[in-house]
Amino acid sequence: MASTMLSLASASASPSTSLALQNNRMTKLILGTSDHTTLWGTKKSNPFVKTKSRGQITMAVAVNVSRFEGIPMAPPDPILGVSEAFKADTDEMKLNLGVGAYRTEELQPYVLDVVKKAENLMLERGENKEYLPIEGLAAFNKVTADLLFGADNPVIQQQRVATVQGLSGTGSLRLAAALIERYFPGAKVIISSPTWGNHKNIFNDARVPWSEYRYYDPKTVGLDFDGMMSDIKEAPEGSFVLLHGCAHNPTGIDPTPEQWEKIADVIQEKNHIPFFDVAYQGFASGSLDADASSVRLFAARGMELLVAQSYSKNLGLYSERIGAINVLCSSADAAVRTKSQLKRLARPMYSNPPIHGARIVANVVGNPALFDEWKEEMEMMAGRIKSVRQKLFDSLTAKDKSGKDWSFILKQIGMFSFTGLNKAQSDNMTNRWHVYMTKDGRISLAGLSSAKCEYLADAIIDSFHNVK
Amino acid sequence: MLLLNMPQWDQDLNEEKPYCDIGITREYLVQGAYRDDNGKPVVLECVREAERRIAGNANMEYLPMGGSIKMIEETVKLAYGEDSHLIKDKRIAAVQALSGTGACRLFADFQKRFSPDSQIYIPVPTWANHHNIWRDAQVPQRTYHYYHPESRGLDFAALMDDIKNASKGSFFLLHACAHNPTGVDPSEEQWKEISYQFKVKGHFAFFDMAYQGFASGDPERDAKSIRIFLEDGHLIGCAQSYAKNMGLYGQRVGCLSVVCEDEKQAVAVKSQLQQLARPMYSNPPVHGALIVSTILGDPDLKKLWLKEVKDMADRIIGMRTALRENLEKLGSPLSWEHVTKQIGMFCYSGMTPEQVDRLTSEFHIYLTRNGRISMAGVTTGNVGYLANAIHEITKSG
Repeated sequence: MASTMLSLASASASPSTSLALQNNRMTKLILGTSDHTTLWGTKKSNPFVKTKSRGQITMAVAVNVSRFEGIPMAPPDPILGVSEAFKADTDEMKLNLGVGAYRTEELQPYVLDVVKKAENLMLERGENKEYLPIEGLAAFNKVTADLLFGADNPVIQQQRVATVQGLSGTGSLRLAAALIERYFPGAKVIISSPTWGNHKNIFNDARVPWSEYRYYDPKTVGLDFDGMMSDIKEAPEGSFVLLHGCAHNPTGIDPTPEQWEKIADVIQEKNHIPFFDVAYQGFASGSLDADASSVRLFAARGMELLVAQSYSKNLGLYSERIGAINVLCSSADAAVRTKSQLKRLARPMYSNPPIHGARIVANVVGNPALFDEWKEEMEMMAGRIKSVRQKLFDSLTAKDKSGKDWSFILKQIGMFSFTGLNKAQSDNMTNRWHVYMTKDGRISLAGLSSAKCEYLADAIIDSFHNVK
Repeated sequence: MLLLNMPQWDQDLNEEKPYCDIGITREYLVQGAYRDDNGKPVVLECVREAERRIAGNANMEYLPMGGSIKMIEETVKLAYGEDSHLIKDKRIAAVQALSGTGACRLFADFQKRFSPDSQIYIPVPTWANHHNIWRDAQVPQRTYHYYHPESRGLDFAALMDDIKNASKGSFFLLHACAHNPTGVDPSEEQWKEISYQFKVKGHFAFFDMAYQGFASGDPERDAKSIRIFLEDGHLIGCAQSYAKNMGLYGQRVGCLSVVCEDEKQAVAVKSQLQQLARPMYSNPPVHGALIVSTILGDPDLKKLWLKEVKDMADRIIGMRTALRENLEKLGSPLSWEHVTKQIGMFCYSGMTPEQVDRLTSEFHIYLTRNGRISMAGVTTGNVGYLANAIHEITKSG
């Protein structure tokens, strides 16, 4: 036992340190500084403490040291850690452009009216809190697939979509990753460069190999379409291609409809499987249908595909953790079997998914009046973001005398803008201007008010020109 | 097409299914979900009140990766004791988890990452999903003796042998109270001996506590096994769930805690637990956590909760007594002492799979084939029928 403990400690420490650790433990014991050693007095009444106990006591107490002694501190999360740093900042000019959570013009979190209405309805009905089935709330799964593909889409009519409620986008991606690991051993996922930071963690922890395809072109602050096509072609046949359905995170750069067609062509050629991450349906253009057009385009070609969906942003249900994994299969039978395997993966992760968010979604999306209201609120939120984009662009253009072209801000779509700032410049944004953003140069426009656009423009201009 | 060959998964027959009531002659005693004396699901009053207070106005921003701080604080108090010096000294690394399952899975993943050569010892029998959890986390499993079929009680001698024979520093999964599926718990004295032997061997104790409050009606008493280990200085791990004792089943709210040597280590361990959670679900769901912290943070609501938990536990204890008395009155040749000796939601009846099948086909009574009865589904309305059916099936010995 002692050797096991020390080997764990020495994994992250030099031999002399581990020896010191050992000495410290012994010292602790001799001095009896640990509370738990004082209880030995009571052991006299324990019939199992025999006369040989003296030797046993020393050894037994010696093993009450942590098994996890050598565990290092994990680094702060690059995205969620930003908000935590922001909270700690006391400067009054501070601005949180880190996490993709929508804020009002007053920079307050926003609970949608339809959500409040749905919750009150639920409260009145006084529903119970029984376990959902492993696959989640049936009503939720139905409206979710309908929302994504369109209720009258043939794939829905033909029952070819396996939908399982998941823990928002992350949880849905993780289920899909686990499915890939188990049923497509050796298959690779290719992901855009850059992509949402947590994608890599998900595939790493699920033990699915991944590599990157070119996506962002820093020269144009736009899409490197040729690079993307070439890299997708290069990938081994039958790879999974992770695509952002709309409002690419972190760049805000989406393919055009014509480019989507070509992407679908090359994926079909290589027998790849499209794997969509749809976290911003409605948030990109303001229209729920328009934002689903990439997914629907692929479905219309008869392709099999995976789609992870999230209601965190578009219904503001962030902390309820509500989303879904959809697998569009070639047959209804395959969909049934696939769904059963997704359940088998979910069961040892969390047994069954949380009910509250699912009920809210089912009540909003499944109720025509509330659904219409939701569409309006969606347009309002997306509209506010479009208008701050415009204001930011106007401020930058007016203030920046260098002639730099800032129009990429208007061309990008969704919550985020990839400013093109490098790490040092992003650090300057934080350290000098108290503007919190991720180190890849991404700013969340959802966290920007029109009142702060000019301040932000000053910060960006300073960082871009004065910091290398 | 790629998904054509996807095989079908048939659900484990022992798995809990959602409650369904089809016709008055069906008695569904399978799942571990509490029912009132009318056989209906229950939402506790304290929960309803908490929901009223939080509905429609709390914003829904992401919780920190480790979950709701308030909820975690209250939750560790329940397991470790309000005045625990471990809490004062900030030695407990704790994160909100997706109920008991999520807590166990996080721990299994943590064990895999930081003790990659270790295995987990799991009792026989145990909740079926325990095996799935450690398997999917890729931690090898071994078993230890637990249930003694002949006495329908604890096989204490074999259990102690297994503890002694396991190599030093092994990881053990222990059910803190109300063992699932047998309802057989060690006595206090037995727990002390187990704890002592764990010290001798330097084993790591991981407690799955899914029924605190539900077993005896008193949460403090139900945590006794854990407190014994803590007194002996063990640095334990613990999975807690509010599914049963607060009736929050579908909300998926629980907690994983790991006792560390000092505050610094607790901070490091917590950061690593968060690191495991991030690629699984990013951060945990808020609603259930808000309910828990609202209730436990308000003295009146907490008092109400304690009363409601006791009521639930008492009803089940009452049904155990009624079932046993009914069987004895019917003149059963067998001993049904175990029905009242066992504790918690489940009763390991000792019936064979064949007998269970007959119970279902002839009497429309649904149990899991290992003979486990969910006492939560037994009511004054059906206990007579149940006793009669069991007697019919088992009277020939």
